[in-house]
Amino acid sequence: MLLKGKAHRFGDDVNTDYIISGRHKFKTLDMDELACHVMEDLDPEFYGRCQEGDFIVAGKNFGCGSSREQAPLALKHAGVAGVLAGSFARIYFRNSINNGLPAIVCDTTEIEDGDELEIDLEAGMVRDVTKGIELASSPLPKVMLDILSEGGLVEYMSRHGSLKVS
Amino acid sequence: MSQSRRILAVHAGRESVSPGELIDVGVDLVLANDITAPLAIEEFNKLGVDVFDKSRVVLVLDHFTPNRDIASAEQCAFVRRFALEHRIEHFYDGGEVGIEHVLLPEEGLIRPGEVVIGADSHTCTYGALGAFATGMGSTDIAAAMATGKAWFRAPEAVLINVTGKPGPWVGGKDLILHLIGVLGVDGATYRSLEFTGDGIAELSVDGRLTAANMAIEAGAKNGLFPVDRPVVEYLEGVGVKVAECALEPDEYGYVGEMSVDMVSLPPQVALPHLPSNTVAVGEAPRVKLDQVVIGSCTNGRMEDMRVAAELLRGRRTAPQVRLIIIPGSPRVYRRSMEEGLFDIFLDAGAVISPPTCGPCLGGHMGVLASGERALSTTNRNFTGRMGHRESEVYLSNPAVAAASAVSGTITDPGELR
Repeated sequence: MLLKGKAHRFGDDVNTDYIISGRHKFKTLDMDELACHVMEDLDPEFYGRCQEGDFIVAGKNFGCGSSREQAPLALKHAGVAGVLAGSFARIYFRNSINNGLPAIVCDTTEIEDGDELEIDLEAGMVRDVTKGIELASSPLPKVMLDILSEGGLVEYMSRHGSLKVS
Repeated sequence: MSQSRRILAVHAGRESVSPGELIDVGVDLVLANDITAPLAIEEFNKLGVDVFDKSRVVLVLDHFTPNRDIASAEQCAFVRRFALEHRIEHFYDGGEVGIEHVLLPEEGLIRPGEVVIGADSHTCTYGALGAFATGMGSTDIAAAMATGKAWFRAPEAVLINVTGKPGPWVGGKDLILHLIGVLGVDGATYRSLEFTGDGIAELSVDGRLTAANMAIEAGAKNGLFPVDRPVVEYLEGVGVKVAECALEPDEYGYVGEMSVDMVSLPPQVALPHLPSNTVAVGEAPRVKLDQVVIGSCTNGRMEDMRVAAELLRGRRTAPQVRLIIIPGSPRVYRRSMEEGLFDIFLDAGAVISPPTCGPCLGGHMGVLASGERALSTTNRNFTGRMGHRESEVYLSNPAVAAASAVSGTITDPGELR
């Protein structure tokens, strides 16, 4: 699966309240409506600028805070194709994979806002096309790639009956 | 092996598991609330099956109840219909609602050595009673409601050696705020924090529940305490009979070790906007407070109410400080009333709220305006957490919160006139 899109740059410790504020996330289960407010406390223009297939690029500990799945769901519904970060908070990481939104651990320090990126999930390859560099990334375990390719955990279970990792 | 991995190995039908291994684990209890259950139920319904065990699914309508608005009322109604339809035995609604992590231990639903997963990040609270407990999202909870299973990445563990008797007005909250300050908000990501040492005996069970509750604020997967005499007695009091079980730390089980000497630890305050911005109370800026909140899944237990009452007895809150006290469960509420604490709170000028998560996440019952500052015994002080994004939240234990409500600024309880 080769993904191509533009980088939207954010910093460290982007918490789930920043991704989608509590002001909005408890009001509705309509993810398209929530998506309009995604990242707005950090960048009020983000939803307007984000094109289908773009990437969020962040520093360490992306998604820290609550367990609420509205965070990756709102990103996905805003058109985000994946999040690249130096590290992820663990509950967010699970939620992202379980909802079919790739979460890619790599050294993001060189990536700047607006850079064109290419990502091969199976190979664990991240290329910054604008800069002409390849970035070290750890490929996801097979089980997570399988979940992503089905579009999420429930979709995976609907098709395969159950999930076994060991 | 760490105690956390021991528990996971047993539930995976394995002799042992190594850090980093992905394992399939049978879970004993699956929890969701009025924010996370609706999403979990929507996903669960796509699977077209019944719940794996109606006595092992727990649903608590605690975040926006009594219903804040029409949207939250609809969400609660959706969960209520599901609970009735599937005959969920542990469904908490109306006057039976407590803040989930205060409520479940009191209901005797938490047992040492069991695996508890909840669609709430503070599910790690139950590690104080020797359970492996961790937060997950709604989709994982949906899958577990259907199968009774979840996958885990077996965690590395860090041993926290707690020594000494804490000084006055110092407790579990200060232990964990100090640790988060040292570790940072991602210092323990994916890891277990396992507590040991002679200082544990000096912490009440309520204080340990507070400390385990905030393990997630350092990124940890879970926090875990030994099952000693006070825990066994606490559990007996709620109808759960178990034997003592010490942690048996061996040299191979842990990737790191930290020590905290409670004797020299002053009350801690986390400054905006991260729980890791901790300082000793004496070093906190003397900002003017608009609101003080005492409650939450972190500090809404009986000990917290008593500590607050001890400082508020015969005193009034400072002018312009709104003090909101939230007993965390129907039991804590009733007992506070019976012990006369409500008279003390009301005489001090406090608002007494029914059990709810309410203001902690800017939900209701105490939302902040722009420019306002609150000192709160809750667990997060992210930007805009309690209301307007230009408001500020400081975190502390209930003693510092009560003393500060009286003085109007962040105050060491030992210095309250």
